[in-house]
Amino acid sequence: MSDGRRAGSLAPARTAWSRPAALKWPAPPAAPPRLGTPGAMAPARRLPEWLAAIRVRHLVVLAALIAYPFVVPPFFTFQIGGQTLTLGLIALSLTFLAGYGGIVSLAQMTVAGIAGYVYAMLGSSGTPLSSGWPWWVAALLAIPAATLAATLIGWLSVRTEGIYTIMITLAVGMAFYFLVHQNYSIFNGFTGFQAVRAPEAFGVHWRDPLPFYFLALACAFGGYLLVKYIARAPFGIALQGTRDNPRRMAALGFNVKAHRIAAYALAGLLAAVGGLLLVWYNALVSPGSVDTKALINVLIIAVLGGFAHPIGPFIGAAIFVLLQNFAIDLIDRDRFNLVIGGMFLLIVLFSPDGLLGWWTRLRRRFETADARSDPRGGR
Amino acid sequence: MARAWRWLWIVLAVAAVLAFAVWQIPQNPGKFVFSLLNGATLAGIYFLLASGFTLVFGLMRNVNLAHGSMYLLGAYIGWVVWDRTDVWLLGVAAGFLSMAVLGLLLQIAVFRWMQGEDMRQTMVTIGLSIVLADIMLWVFGGLAYQLDPPRLISTSVPIPVVGGYSTYKLILLAVAIAVGVLLWFFLARTRIGMMIRAGVDDRGMLQASGTNVQLVFALTFAVGAGLAGLAGVLNGGEEAFKPGEDVGVLLGALLVVIVGGMGSVVGAAVGSALIGVIQAFGLAYAPTYSIVFTFVAMAAVLAFRPQGILGAKA
Repeated sequence: MSDGRRAGSLAPARTAWSRPAALKWPAPPAAPPRLGTPGAMAPARRLPEWLAAIRVRHLVVLAALIAYPFVVPPFFTFQIGGQTLTLGLIALSLTFLAGYGGIVSLAQMTVAGIAGYVYAMLGSSGTPLSSGWPWWVAALLAIPAATLAATLIGWLSVRTEGIYTIMITLAVGMAFYFLVHQNYSIFNGFTGFQAVRAPEAFGVHWRDPLPFYFLALACAFGGYLLVKYIARAPFGIALQGTRDNPRRMAALGFNVKAHRIAAYALAGLLAAVGGLLLVWYNALVSPGSVDTKALINVLIIAVLGGFAHPIGPFIGAAIFVLLQNFAIDLIDRDRFNLVIGGMFLLIVLFSPDGLLGWWTRLRRRFETADARSDPRGGR
Repeated sequence: MARAWRWLWIVLAVAAVLAFAVWQIPQNPGKFVFSLLNGATLAGIYFLLASGFTLVFGLMRNVNLAHGSMYLLGAYIGWVVWDRTDVWLLGVAAGFLSMAVLGLLLQIAVFRWMQGEDMRQTMVTIGLSIVLADIMLWVFGGLAYQLDPPRLISTSVPIPVVGGYSTYKLILLAVAIAVGVLLWFFLARTRIGMMIRAGVDDRGMLQASGTNVQLVFALTFAVGAGLAGLAGVLNGGEEAFKPGEDVGVLLGALLVVIVGGMGSVVGAAVGSALIGVIQAFGLAYAPTYSIVFTFVAMAAVLAFRPQGILGAKA
């Protein structure tokens, strides 16, 4: 009976009196649904599988994202668009860990913050502690450093399972916050690094709204594709196996811990890129960037969107950023945390699989209705 | 082999502590003893916090990340009552009782409906902590508050080497020890305590044998939350509390239970002693790196004994 819990999957333990699991983790993605019947899809020249998986809606969304900055004012390009994509990328790292690995880590913002701190310490900023190295050296060192940190966090926390992970990663994240807050000789304490300079390369200032938006879009899109690819690659399949039944995977000869640590490392890479973007976006990195609120905001974004699909964190980030910018018009300026916390509570209480889960349920209802009316019995 | 290595590490750690003591005591004995006393009193506060946290987790698998918020809310409510009535003991009682009632309500109204879904419960507590923190900031503002305990206990007692030490802090330590003893008595000698221990071992079996587990759960949550409130209001008499305190306190509780072992009250005592002393010495001797020491302690425990010093095998 205790197996469900022992299994270490975050899927809730099904004890005798528990209601059916509500916080579901996604099933391994099924093969992409084909349009029409298989016969109609077998033309003389076969499209590669990845091309055949592209749907019209994917192209529409991509086109809309590319057209977006040309139709809205710069504020929407930078503050809304750029921030959404950046936060979405960081939250994507959590979605990957939680959705495919069953690991809920609260230290993803810490990893992003480490990338930001390393970049600020090595690159150039308004703080004398910065080394003033060229931006690309700083960036090229920041990403591996943060990825390494993520791997170490993973190494530390895979020793325990399930619900313990959230505590250990939270403790790691908080400890990093208190370290940068207390320490002035390396991290410049409370002030952190101000006026961190974003790169000016190829004649473009990358903190201008349009370039930053497209840079963030490219990184986010790359991260999205990477997660989609990994999910179907052997490593991703094995990782999902360790999520669903680690003991069976171990019995089959898979090294469960190694898979989990690798998942931490990969998620760390995504978070590191996001963290680098975030430090360019904010032009500063300070203890406030990695405090508990920031750590939990990543969780809120991921949960709002839903863990079931890598698009979830971006939807969550869009809602989060819009609320952050416009909730203050609706209510008191200082009560943003109340709104976002309340919304998070509502989602967790009533739709634990996020907005995506809500959407899936809605679609399933329509699909079953279609299936009933369709004489061929649907797909 | 592995055992030999473990002993080697333990011996090394003890040797390092002894070397530190031999090096520091002749230089400044006052500072050393003072840090030791501070560590002990800090451990007392941590024990009050962590014992409730660990009890709730052990029984219900509910990681209550709103525990820090309950600490702070208990302190605020205790302050309000003390401010109105001017009776310090009433404030302390209010801090404990208000949080106990809140815990009871939460368990009855929210957590019992998601029994077994530990991840979801944890997320609910995270949401609660955000909402509670913002409401407290709204109502009480960013100012620091402090309770003034009666004059009788807010003096200092003479202690050799150090000179004097705050009576209040010593009383705080005594209260923590008393609570520990009471908790031990409650768990080991009473019928309800027996049920709680049985539930920690096997919830399903406890329910199958005819116990009203929901009652036991609600009671445990009330005691755990109440202890958090008590810790808040008691510490509020020693140092001022302000928004953001909840986070630091939660980190302390987390470290203590990770080090001591989740679900074990004795583990909470050992963990708080360790973390409290390490933190006090860190703050005294290397203030800008003090968090590193506690963190290293946690990492070391996780590396050698992932379930915590006294935790059952996960």
